Amino acid sequence: MLDVARLRADFPLLAQRENGHPLIYLDNAATTQKPQAVLDAIADYYRTTNANVHRGAYDLAIRATEAYEAARATLAAFVNAWAPEGVVFTRGTTEAINLVAGAYGRTAVKAGDSVVVTAMDHHSNLVPWQMLCQERGATLRMVEITEDGRIDLADFGRALERRPRIVAFPYVSNALGTVNPAAQLAQLAHAAGAVVVVDGAQSTPHLKVDVQTLGCDFYALSGHKMLGPMGSGALVAKPELLEAMPPYHGGGEMISRVWDDHSTYNKIPHKFEAGTPNVEGAVGLAAAITYLERIGRERIADHEQALGAAAIDKLTQIEGVTVYGPRGRGDRAGVVSFTYGDIHPHDIATILDQDGICIRAGHHCAQPLMRRLNVPATARASFYLYNGLDEVDALAGALVKAGALFGYVPA
Amino acid sequence: MDTSPPDPQLSALYQELILDHYRRPRNKGTLEQATHAVSLNNPLCGDEIDLQLRVDGDIIKEVRFIGRGCSISQAAASMMTQLVKDKSIPQALALADRMRGTRAPRGTKPWASCAPWPVCRGFPSASSAPCSPGTR
Repeated sequence: MLDVARLRADFPLLAQRENGHPLIYLDNAATTQKPQAVLDAIADYYRTTNANVHRGAYDLAIRATEAYEAARATLAAFVNAWAPEGVVFTRGTTEAINLVAGAYGRTAVKAGDSVVVTAMDHHSNLVPWQMLCQERGATLRMVEITEDGRIDLADFGRALERRPRIVAFPYVSNALGTVNPAAQLAQLAHAAGAVVVVDGAQSTPHLKVDVQTLGCDFYALSGHKMLGPMGSGALVAKPELLEAMPPYHGGGEMISRVWDDHSTYNKIPHKFEAGTPNVEGAVGLAAAITYLERIGRERIADHEQALGAAAIDKLTQIEGVTVYGPRGRGDRAGVVSFTYGDIHPHDIATILDQDGICIRAGHHCAQPLMRRLNVPATARASFYLYNGLDEVDALAGALVKAGALFGYVPA
Repeated sequence: MDTSPPDPQLSALYQELILDHYRRPRNKGTLEQATHAVSLNNPLCGDEIDLQLRVDGDIIKEVRFIGRGCSISQAAASMMTQLVKDKSIPQALALADRMRGTRAPRGTKPWASCAPWPVCRGFPSASSAPCSPGTR
């Protein structure tokens, strides 16, 4: 386990109290807290380096551009991107996937084609494909999940028989914590001639990710789920795919020459970064990556898996609690989705909040998945490097209290 | 506005009342001959209410609902159906107005918009009016 007490001291917000209790923040799949190093990097950028990027002839603007491009290189190395120019900064995973659907999808997908998604996809890796398929007259095929919350490989195989243009899936499920066999899925999809889009929102913060080993074509990630600022994120893509794609947004920065009635476009990745970018976001994200690498992603993954396993162990001992998703260690990240008898998950979250415990309740932006689990919503505790086993105990304790309020007798 | 914590006994009473309506909702189901129907959902928290009325002249003769959501939202729906049954439309609208008037001040607590005020006043976050079937 990591030295949680030491790590927590790096996160100013975690010193706060909530409803009179020490803050127990277990909603890390939604967003993470930020270490002082990230806050300092953002403030330092504005104190010492701020200017618009890629256009200044003066030294300050050159330093701002260098800081922005250095952040790109840091992120590229972090996920072993094909090349730094294959990293397009976006507002996050959602925008990255919309970029692929809007720019790649609109040229590659024709009427009668199919696009494959899974029943565990976040709405951000579903709705853009729905919109694309509706626009192109293509078919969207949703691959089913197994009862224990994994992608149904048999159904995945059947979906590939139609030789889809695009196959999209999450590396790690935000609602269930399932770690999908992404490399295997990418290989199967490629063998069927598809381009592979991986939603990396939940994997990048928690696992050692190497997009080249994964063998995908597009990989989307969010900075705010990995200690970075909100509104930071990226699309990591094979450069040759980006080269061939039309632009996504039009405006400044993405152009090469502009005439009255047409334009030529900048080289990648700038072709996809219209307008003034979120430089503070990129700089803050780079600081977050440096922080994570100092601790080590394998150690972080081990720590979270231990917390997840402890939480499943404690929660399943409470009569009436149902935990969703796979049980095996190693194929599950530190995300525990559960329900408790007929207590609505929102009631659970509200009652836990009285003890300073923040969990998520709802459909987790995965309504098709909730329908398959046959629940309107679940409660979800999700862990990160600054959570400890004592917080798992507090979660279980508060849950028993919530049960008592609803007339459940502790076992 | 009084923001002192509710009396514990009063809280317990309301808790009992909410749980009773949550577990045994009144007027739950659907009407064969509804004259009015509305479906409301809150995409933020997932609360869903389908409400049906049979209005005869000016009077709400029958009311049924189906829904899914937190105890407060469902108990509030159940209580609301009891309150509006056999009332005239103006009476029902006046009730809804009164309900709106009891909403918590901005920035206080969530459930306050949804249900029995004294017990809910103590809770944060869901400042969401949509979870209240009575107040939309």
